[in-house]
Amino acid sequence: MSGRVRKVVFLLAAAVFAVAFALACTGLPHFGTAVHPYGSKAVAAAVRHRTANVISSVNFDQRALDTLGEESILFGSVLGAVVLLRRARDEDRAEPEPGRVLPSTVLLGAALLPVTVLVGGYVVAHGQLSPGGGFQGGVVLATGLHLAYVAADYRVLRRVRPLAAFAALDAVAAGAFTALGLAGLFAGAAYLQNVLPLGTFNQLSSAGLVPLLNAAVGVEVASGVIVLVAQFLDQAVEIESPETPRATGQGEDDR
Amino acid sequence: MSTSAVDFLVAVGLVLVGAAATCAALTRDPVRQSVLLSVLGVCLALLFLALQAPDVALSQLAVGSAVTPLLFLLTVRKVRRGPRAGPERDEGRGEGDER
Repeated sequence: MSGRVRKVVFLLAAAVFAVAFALACTGLPHFGTAVHPYGSKAVAAAVRHRTANVISSVNFDQRALDTLGEESILFGSVLGAVVLLRRARDEDRAEPEPGRVLPSTVLLGAALLPVTVLVGGYVVAHGQLSPGGGFQGGVVLATGLHLAYVAADYRVLRRVRPLAAFAALDAVAAGAFTALGLAGLFAGAAYLQNVLPLGTFNQLSSAGLVPLLNAAVGVEVASGVIVLVAQFLDQAVEIESPETPRATGQGEDDR
Repeated sequence: MSTSAVDFLVAVGLVLVGAAATCAALTRDPVRQSVLLSVLGVCLALLFLALQAPDVALSQLAVGSAVTPLLFLLTVRKVRRGPRAGPERDEGRGEGDER
């Protein structure tokens, strides 16, 4: 297909899509209104289950099954990245040289690392009360840990980041979400139904199953992102590719 | 806040997102692109905040402006480092993460 034909096909498809999309948008409820049919129902359901943060109620209570799917997607993609980026047989591992770091960078990184980890932990722990939750806090925890790399050195990062432990933790937390859903079945209700005692509204121990699922997601996301970034860091810093990267397939047959 | 003030904030956010996204699309160097992607992430987070969606803003801030650009930068470094054959050959490329 020549470039010209491709452009015409694209413009035709784009025009059709633009018209259909604009028509579909006219059928949506209005944007930014005070009353929204789904919003009112979700808020009422969240308050009934004593969850102060309605978003967490939607994520971990009303639509917990969707979150189970999303969490499994994240787990699967981390697993895929680990398999793709592992050290191949014809690649070597070279010890990275420590670089020069400005004293101000060291100071800032050392001061910010505990603060960031604390903020991440806070965001995870208060997921059922205030904006944030397992996913957001987990990513903050994982990126905060990498301040050790920015401020110090790759070898320091390796010491504060036991990779095997985080990989195991990732799998355990992903499984914990699935297993926590069984609590509903044991109580004679539906899978992932919120059957635990609901506690007092706006307290840390409120909302029944929500804080537990939230914590499982927090641990899973934090360890998943740590493992993911570790694979990329390994490739960027440590692993040396063979001299003719295009011929890797043949090279493997020889061995 | 009155409605018009919120509308103004949303409009500013939309303009910022449009400008940052256009800059990112027009840049050819992957390193600069990932920095602009990070800026775009911050602009999107501000827009979500103006739209009263702090949960989404937090996710966007953490993933869109920190983790994704970091993965891009690491990939670029790996590709530019090239195969083994002597010490670092990418010095002076200005990647900012040469360790």
